Order: sequence, then C-alpha cells, then structure tokens
Amino acid sequence: MDLFVSQVLSGVASGAIYGCVGLAMVMIFTSTEKINFAQGEMATFSTYVAWTLMTVGLPYWAAFAATVAISFAAGVLIQRTLLAPLRDAPEMSQVIVFFGLFLVFNSASGAIWGYLPFDFPSPVKAFSTGTTLIGAHQLFIILVAVLMLTLLFLFFRYTSLGLCMRAAAQNPVSASLMGVRVGWMLALGWGLSAAVGAVAGIMVAPVVFLEPQMMVGVLLYAFAAALVGGIDSPPGAFVGGIIVGVLENLVGTYLVGTDLKLTVALVLIIAVLIFKPTGLFGSRRVARV
Amino acid sequence: MGVAQGVSAPAPLVSVRGVTVRFGGILALDGITFDASEGDIVGLIGPNGAGKTTLFNCLSRLYVPTSGDIQFRGRSIMNMPRHSIAGLGIGRTFQNAALFDTLSVLDNVLVGSHHVTRSDFLSNALALPWVAREEKDIEARAIEKLRFMGLESYADQPAGGLPFPVKKRVELARALMSQPTLLLLDEPAAGLSHGEIETLSEQILRIRETEKVTILLVEHHMNLVMSISDQVVAIDFGKKIADGKPSDVQSDPAVIRAYLGEKI
Ligand SMILES: Nc1ncnc2c1ncn2[C@@H]1O[C@H](COP(=O)(O)OP(=O)(O)OP(=O)(O)O)[C@@H](O)[C@H]1O
Ligand SMILES: [Mg+2]
Repeated sequence: MDLFVSQVLSGVASGAIYGCVGLAMVMIFTSTEKINFAQGEMATFSTYVAWTLMTVGLPYWAAFAATVAISFAAGVLIQRTLLAPLRDAPEMSQVIVFFGLFLVFNSASGAIWGYLPFDFPSPVKAFSTGTTLIGAHQLFIILVAVLMLTLLFLFFRYTSLGLCMRAAAQNPVSASLMGVRVGWMLALGWGLSAAVGAVAGIMVAPVVFLEPQMMVGVLLYAFAAALVGGIDSPPGAFVGGIIVGVLENLVGTYLVGTDLKLTVALVLIIAVLIFKPTGLFGSRRVARV
Repeated sequence: MGVAQGVSAPAPLVSVRGVTVRFGGILALDGITFDASEGDIVGLIGPNGAGKTTLFNCLSRLYVPTSGDIQFRGRSIMNMPRHSIAGLGIGRTFQNAALFDTLSVLDNVLVGSHHVTRSDFLSNALALPWVAREEKDIEARAIEKLRFMGLESYADQPAGGLPFPVKKRVELARALMSQPTLLLLDEPAAGLSHGEIETLSEQILRIRETEKVTILLVEHHMNLVMSISDQVVAIDFGKKIADGKPSDVQSDPAVIRAYLGEKI
C-alpha cells in the first residue's frame, strides 16, 4: 500500500512538470494551432541559465526570478523576430522554424555547457517531509506548479491584458478591430510559455540532472498530457499531466518496469488520437501538426 | 478642400471616394463614391453580392482597395494599421457575428473597451490599484450595454453557443462598448422576427441619439432601412446606382430594376 501511495504521489509530482510543459505548449497552440517542438529545449536552455546564475553566486530565488524574466523576454523576442514575419507563410515554414529552434537550443546547450550532467540544487533538499511517502523536492514541485497555475489563472481571468490575449487567440480579426495588438499578444504568449517552461526545467533538473537531453523525454510526456487534456484547454493540460505522471509510475511499477516507461506516453498519444481526439476538456480535434 | 456644392455644407464624417476592390477577376466594388454626414443613419442596400460587406471591410481596414480613398474626419485612413481603427472611433458588427466563442458574453463586451482603457502590461502585471478601479468602472459600463441590448441574462454564458440573433446583439453591445463615432452594422436584422425588428429599429435610433454616433446600416430588410435612414445608398454589382433620401431611392427606376432583376 505504501508503495502504491508513494508511486501515486511521485507520479503527481512528475505529472505537475509534464502538465506545466504541456500548458506551455497549449498556450502557443491555442493561438497558432501549432505545437512548439522546441518548448522542452528552450526550457533546458533556461535551466542552464539558472544554473550559471547560481554558479556565479546568485541565491536560488534570485536566480529563479532572473531566469524566468530572461526566458520571458527571450520567448517574446523569438516570436517577434522569427515567427511574426512568417505569419502568412505556409504551414511547413513555421514547423521548420520549430525544428530549427529545437536544434539550435539543443546544440547551444551542449556547446556552451557540455554534455556532462550537472547536479542542480533544490532549496528544500535539507528538509524532510517526515514521511517516506513523498520527498521534500517532490512536494516542492507540486507547490510551485500549483502556485504558478493559480497566478496564470488569475492573470488570464481577471486582468484586461489576459482577456485581450484570450480574445486575440480566439478571433484575431475581431480582436484587432477592437484595437488589440494581436501580434504582440502572440509574442506575450510565447514569453509566458517560455517562462512556464523555465520553471518546469528548474523544477525537474534536481530530479533528472541537468544535461542537454534533459527535456526530451519530458516533452513527449508533456505532449501526451496536452492531448489527454484536450490540446486547446490550458487547465486540461495540467490535469492531463497529472494523469500521465501517475499512469507512468503505476504502469512502470506494476506492469512493464522502468525501462519501458516512455512507451506509456507513446501509447497514450496514439490512443487519444485514435479514440478521443478532443481529449478530456478540449474542443478542437488535432487534424494537423 | 475643393469647391464642394457651392454652399458650405458641414464636412462629412466619412467620405468614400472612388473605392474599387478587385478579387482576381471579380470587381467587387467599382468606383464607389459617397459621403455620410455626422449624426446620420446611412442605409446601404443592394442585392446579394453587390459589395456591401466588401465596403465595410475596406472601412475597417480588413481589405485594401485596389484604388480610391476613404476619409474619416477629413483624413485618409488608407495608411492606418487595423488595430488603430477602434481608436479612431470606427466600430462594427459582422454579417456572420464574429464573436470570441469560448469567452463569456460579458468578456466579449469587455474586450470592446480595450482601446479606451489605460491599463498597460506592467500595471496589469502588478495589479496596480487604479487598474482595479478602472476595471470596475468598465464592467459597470459593460453591464449597462448588456442591459440596453436585453442581454443581462446571458452575461456569463459562452458566446459560441448562443442563437444567431442573440450573437448579433452581443456584437452590437461589444461595438458600443468601444464608444464609436462611426458604427458599421452589417445586417443586424438578419434572422429576426417582425417584433424583434421593431425593437431593433428603436434601439438603433436610441443609439444614434444617446451615443451621438453616425451609423452605416447594411440591411436587406427594406422597411427597416427606409424608416430609419436619413440617406440611402444603393449598390449593384459594385457600382453605386442611387444615393439620396430614402423615398427617392426607393422609387428610383435603377433600384427597382436591380431588385426585380434579382427576384425574377
Ligand atoms: N475575400 C474575398 N475573396 C474573393 N471574393 C470576394 C471576397 N469577398 C467578397 N468577394 C466577392 O465580392 C462580391 C461582393 O461580396 P460582398 O460580400 O461584399 O457582397 P454583399 O453585398 O455583402 O452581399 P450579401 O448581401 O450577400 O452579404 C461577391 O461577388 C463576393 O463573392
Ligand atoms: Mg454582406
């Protein structure tokens, strides 16, 4: 029983990370109908930035905040300089940019910081939860994810900028006629996605060690999470993440063993696409990538 | 300004000058020219495919005319970016109701106020106190618009699931929220019953009265157009065929021919 509970809880923790990366993908998907395959690599790069800031002496939370801000700015910049000019370009050109970003960030991480895994700090390592069921860092991941989601929810629900971003994603033509700068809303969406990805990277790094391929597996789970939740539903992505994380752990523990865990994500992706393309909370079917 | 009609008429609010729009082989608008005076309701009529919506799309900068010019308050809008049209004071509704489907009716109307608000990204992010105060005022105004259009009971419903005529009322409320000086209404009476058209015509007249707004009204419902317009412009195959007082346009042989020709 203890094994089951602890597997579920650690599934929730890793699921929270899948959910955050999934959410980052969904935020871009809802306004562009495209999956940013580079989301994970951007997050890895951000995590390296955080690591560097900590190495030069910044305290954890200062480095955390600075990394989130830098990632946000970088996300905005990438959208404005690389994707905005391609708005009317054929679908394939934009997808190529995503792959290009994947390669650029992946190789840049390796070129700058090397391929050896780094130990990444967690501010709660010294603490104990007083139980063997869940580790301090896992609890920390869940808390940070929930806090971040709450902030995003409040932002999108209760600020006029959040409202404009939702409107621009929904109906760009109408939004622009209301005076909304649709191009900038897309850029802000990229900024927020990059920031959310950075947080996910900083959270996952102490668990998996920081190395250039750190997010490759996570991205696959995150994509599964986004699909399970319904590719255009931000809360769905997070719920989907939790479901995927828990399933991954239970299937890994009781059925297939850890070596085959990654197939859980693939099986889920295929199953959702075949049996319920709108996911749990979504409204749009995934017709193209 | 060139020599106009001799007497010094007030400068028109909108001046459409020789606007031509070509889509490949189709000439959707062919040198359309007319003026609309401040405070007037100007009806735009014409058979299906005449080019009425195309003209609206030029006025809101969705289409770029092949040639010609559109002036608003004496200044050309041909170089204005689309997102500054609302700020200029041009609001519109769409023939097919282009709402934000997953947003609630209230949120849809709130987006309409976007360009009037001062909130910028930073103050939003920091949730500065005056942002909250301003947002309260705006919400109160939005609710007032909903009430005016008889939509209070829909406020929290997602706009996408509403019946078409209700959607069109939401769109009108959203357009009013942007405090326009020129309001473009594309077939606001589509799908309405006789009684509802009565209500709509009263609402349009009240809007003109209270908001001091000039209205361009595209409508197939002749009774509505003829009863509330100060001026009517008739278009057929992209060309203007009549322009004047409703009674004159209604009895214009070219107009009668255009409509009879369509029906037979
Ligand atoms: N984006 C476009 N691309 C190609 N042709 C277009 C486009 N928009 C309009 N047209 C064409 O221009 C002509 C005028 O269309 P428009 O929609 O302006 O007519 P309308 O007067 O609004 O008609 P209705 O009363 O049916 O709404 C039509 O032949 C239409 O097919
Ligand atoms: Mg039309």
